[in-house]
Amino acid sequence: MRTKEFYHSLKVDKDLCYGCTHCLQSCPTKAIRIVKGKAIIMENRCIDCGECMRACPVHAIYVEQDDFSQIFEYKNRIAIVPAVFIGQFSLKKSYEEIISAIKETGFTDVYLAEDSVEIINDIMLNDYNTGREKPLISTFCPAIVRLIQIKFPALVENIIPVKSPADATAQYFINQTGKKDIEHKETGIFYVTPCPAKIADLKVQSSNKKTLITGVINMNTLYNKVYHILEVKNKSKNTKPQAMQTALSAKILQWSLTGGEAENMKGRCLAIDEVHNVIKFLEKVEDGEISNVKFLELRACDHGCAGGVLMTENRFITVERIKHRASKLPKSVNKNINTKEYQNLYKNITNINIEARPVDSLDDDMEQAFLKMKKIRHLMCYLPGIDCGACGVPDCQTLAKDVVAKKAHLSNCVFIQRGMEKNYKLSPEHSIKIIEKIWGEKRLEKNCNKKGAENETI
Amino acid sequence: MNFNYKIKGGDFSAAGRASSEIKKILKKLNVNPKVIKRIVVALYEAEVNVVAHADKGSINAEIDSEKIRITVVDEGPGIADIDLAMTEGFSTASSKVREMGFGAGMGLPNMKKNADILNIKSKVGQGTMVELITFFKS
Ligand SMILES: Nc1ncnc2c1ncn2[C@@H]1O[C@H](COP(=O)(O)OP(=O)(O)O)[C@@H](O)[C@H]1O
Ligand code: SF4
Ligand SMILES: [Mg+2]
Repeated sequence: MRTKEFYHSLKVDKDLCYGCTHCLQSCPTKAIRIVKGKAIIMENRCIDCGECMRACPVHAIYVEQDDFSQIFEYKNRIAIVPAVFIGQFSLKKSYEEIISAIKETGFTDVYLAEDSVEIINDIMLNDYNTGREKPLISTFCPAIVRLIQIKFPALVENIIPVKSPADATAQYFINQTGKKDIEHKETGIFYVTPCPAKIADLKVQSSNKKTLITGVINMNTLYNKVYHILEVKNKSKNTKPQAMQTALSAKILQWSLTGGEAENMKGRCLAIDEVHNVIKFLEKVEDGEISNVKFLELRACDHGCAGGVLMTENRFITVERIKHRASKLPKSVNKNINTKEYQNLYKNITNINIEARPVDSLDDDMEQAFLKMKKIRHLMCYLPGIDCGACGVPDCQTLAKDVVAKKAHLSNCVFIQRGMEKNYKLSPEHSIKIIEKIWGEKRLEKNCNKKGAENETI
Repeated sequence: MNFNYKIKGGDFSAAGRASSEIKKILKKLNVNPKVIKRIVVALYEAEVNVVAHADKGSINAEIDSEKIRITVVDEGPGIADIDLAMTEGFSTASSKVREMGFGAGMGLPNMKKNADILNIKSKVGQGTMVELITFFKS
């Protein structure tokens, strides 16, 4: 049941990467290996959470994005911006000033991604009311959806099938204006993203022609442009900001923060953030230790999207600002569920299919998997259990697994090498060759340019 | 393949450790998630029983490509009337254990329901041996 691979937005800059074990150890799904001194991200295991990017000491891991100037190829340039973007700026800036500054970067219209959360909330509550097995799990964070697809396949059916707020907002816009402009390239819709996971999610859909979003812009790219406009360019000018295009509510503003969804669901709900916390919790759910919980809001980032890797401002400050702004807004905005518009949108955004893509089984064939596990356990009798990562693999067990899958050699382990040298099964020259294969040529020679050394240049 | 775990009486925080480990192993073996769930539920109940009713115990799981055979052996008070203990709702759990949310008297019935084969041997004053066997393919 191996289906097509995920699209990934996290990339390794081979010039900057100098080969260390930070990303290797930080990846929650063990998706990274080091080969010839560079990190390699394994496509089938990566969930685009961005933990490697946070861990990299030299910023060698980056998020691929579309070129900003491409927006000018379109007559109507729509920006869909997550509400956390507002939290990147001081409370002294009005919504109108921020939105006007976004327009000044080149967009003709600006919508908040979460403009669509009322209808999404309805869909979630309706699913809740069907009485199907609980806990239901939110689709909001694409990194978590991917995590469940690969590590917790049995929980895939608990996910509520509904598109992301950004997608739903784009769909709403299209339903209003018609598809013609998009098809004729008159209109381009651009999503400003807080994280690699959202980009990857949209790109997968666009390869299936299911998304209406034309391109993605990293949030830090837009931040730099808007900051410049607000603090440098317009500081002296007396420009009058334009009015907002849509109504705001506390729900819209806080949806992407931790608790934003849970607060608006029914029954006993839990909100869990940060990917390692989520993994631990899902283990418990799978073990049947969690009973009576009706809804799980799970986010890969600490404090939800306020902690997204492409965010500029400190997450605690972002949350404080957003909560403050939300306290001055109505709880939610009115919607009219009896309209045709509403019903069409409802249909459009529930039409998704999330399938399991398990990566942990050792073989599709149980007999083979059993034999492989036996071999792995046998190899573990010899590996030292130090989990140092010097073999270019996150830990001893994963090396054993890679050896059995014929993707690595047991002699990649530096401790096994010592034993082989002692028994004259490996020459010192050969063991240096092995190290260079993993960590790059001349890796063991003196180099004063590395981080922390005399002539550090990074 | 053999897997061994130890259980300490009274340590409720550790109950579920073995069933969680066994679950991870079975996922790697590509066992059907529904079958895994049944195995985990049965083993969890057996673990809890050692924690709640006995002094200490050990778990041995023997896995081959067709089935898992788990034996849970404990040193403890033993069960005087196994048929009675098997009835739904029967429990001798202390009020302290009940306050912690255990002792509903559904453990043994749940094991019976979820395992393909359940065998219990017990000697009063010495201990209990619970055997759970489940086949991966029905
Ligand atoms: N390992 C054990 N050692 C001693 N007594 C046990 C053991 N397992 C079960 N029992 C007895 O059987 C009864 C029923 O067990 P069970 O159905 O699991 O319910 P509960 O554990 O909730 O009481 C227990 O209350 C206890 O008296
Ligand atoms: S919590 Fe938000 S920012 Fe973080 S990965 Fe999920 S969607 Fe992206
Ligand atoms: Mg019990």
